[in-house]
Amino acid sequence: MTASTPAKWGLRTLGLGYLGLLLLAPVAMIFYKTFEHGIGPPLEAMTSSDAVHAIWLTLLMVAVAVPLNAVFGVGCALLLVRHRWAGNAVIDGIINLPFAISPVVIGLSLFLLYGNDGWFGPTLQEWGIEVLFSVPGMILASIFVSLPFVVRETVPVLQEIGTEQEQAASTLGANAWQTFWRVTLPAIRWGVAYGVVLTTARVLGEFGAVTIVSGSISGKTETLPLYVAKSFEQFNEQAAYAGAIVLALLAFTTLLLMSVGGRKARSQSHSQSNPAGGT
Amino acid sequence: MESHPATLPAPHRAGIRLPGVGVGLGRGMVALYLSLIVLLPLAAVLDKSLSGGLGAFWDSVTTSQSLAALKLTVVCSLIVVAINAFFGTVIAWVLVRDEFPGKGAVNALIDLPFALPTIVAGLTLLTLYGAESPIGVDVAFTRTAVVVALCFVTLPFVTRAVQPLLLELDREMEEAAASLGAGGFTVFRRIVLPNLLPGILAGVLLAFARALGEFGSLILISGNIPFKTEVSSVFIRSQIESGNVSGAAAVSIVLLGISLLLLVLVSLSVRWTTHGESGFYDRIVKPLAARIGFGGIE
Repeated sequence: MTASTPAKWGLRTLGLGYLGLLLLAPVAMIFYKTFEHGIGPPLEAMTSSDAVHAIWLTLLMVAVAVPLNAVFGVGCALLLVRHRWAGNAVIDGIINLPFAISPVVIGLSLFLLYGNDGWFGPTLQEWGIEVLFSVPGMILASIFVSLPFVVRETVPVLQEIGTEQEQAASTLGANAWQTFWRVTLPAIRWGVAYGVVLTTARVLGEFGAVTIVSGSISGKTETLPLYVAKSFEQFNEQAAYAGAIVLALLAFTTLLLMSVGGRKARSQSHSQSNPAGGT
Repeated sequence: MESHPATLPAPHRAGIRLPGVGVGLGRGMVALYLSLIVLLPLAAVLDKSLSGGLGAFWDSVTTSQSLAALKLTVVCSLIVVAINAFFGTVIAWVLVRDEFPGKGAVNALIDLPFALPTIVAGLTLLTLYGAESPIGVDVAFTRTAVVVALCFVTLPFVTRAVQPLLLELDREMEEAAASLGAGGFTVFRRIVLPNLLPGILAGVLLAFARALGEFGSLILISGNIPFKTEVSSVFIRSQIESGNVSGAAAVSIVLLGISLLLLVLVSLSVRWTTHGESGFYDRIVKPLAARIGFGGIE
């Protein structure tokens, strides 16, 4: 109503045009380039041993980093919300740090800790444990970059649901574990799930931090994003595009889960869903 | 009936809900996890950056290549946030006030830069705006490429910060202004824009902080040419690779300092623009910041 018709059309063209040129057209282009000669070439590229290993390693990162950060996130959120303490502000500030830091700096920090002249590197090497340029270092990088998501998504939901139902449960004789599994967790599940989706997406796509600590050795320490970069740099564009498409499809799935999960999390925190009852 | 467990915390104390483990033990584990994952590594960077004393730190930061990279990073980030402040607001407007088929899909698409791995973002832009561009626009290995890539990764910040403000904006104010004879642009400038300003500002600061540290989307498209298209994060990597680790650490500390300062500014500026009303910060900026890669500051 406020904008006249020409102004409305002008704004629409401007906004959608920008989105089209910056987001949609490039993404469409990479899909076109990948499937230009049918599904054969990308399929072949993705079934090469290096690509398969890269996919497997990426999934391993997710399998280790996401559960660790999910358990830490829920526990930490409970502590922050339900137990007032002077140290909470400090913990909260530290949790935000990974977001404020360039991924390259995160990679460098692990490099300095676990490298040959690092604080822990020489000792660990004596014990025969390789962290840098090896899978443990990459897992540490993945945990670092994705650490805040579950905490950040769980804290507001915990604040919203309050403690009445938990108090009722404990009055009725439930112990702390029972209360947590039967009352608290069901009530915060969408917030946690949303955080887990964001964590997974970040771990799947992490490039900067992992590239510094991995050494990017094909078939050994190469995740899918590293595989994409290396393939492209070695002029194996078909493989780079195919890997990018796999990651892009995962991103679209994330987007879908985000819009569904976000809506659920929001509607839940408003309507205080009743947790699964019964015994 | 079960007997009342003796270990149950005093029931009148609201919400003691850490199951199984004691609160002290829980705090200890949180502290240990954060120390191992976050604090120790960062302490190592700080230690390394100062390993040659403050003089060496300063020398590393002020080498001509390092300064060129820092300058490029800051200037490009400023250009990018200016572009996205404008287009982000326009897109928010279109998404809230306009009606067209496919609006829901466009709204979901806004978050794509958050979900898409940065290396894919760079590669994607390169297919359209690189050497093999089908439309004849080749910006690869130029500063324009740096700006384009940063525009891509910071696109959602302003839109997502402005959208909720626009939704809540009282239409009656605008209608009243219009009925008193104000033209469309005057209404926008005098009524709408001032109300959106906290969102634009918060979005801009968050986008700026994100742009400063960006790495993955630039690595393929910028060409990483020293003194020309090498941003600070890429400079840090090249210093690690060439063995100048303390130099890399020094620039890292500078970058980290700017980001932290920016995040403090986000919280201050928003409190200031909303005249101490913290609802906007808690409801919009914090969740937004968390979602897109920055935590709020308590």
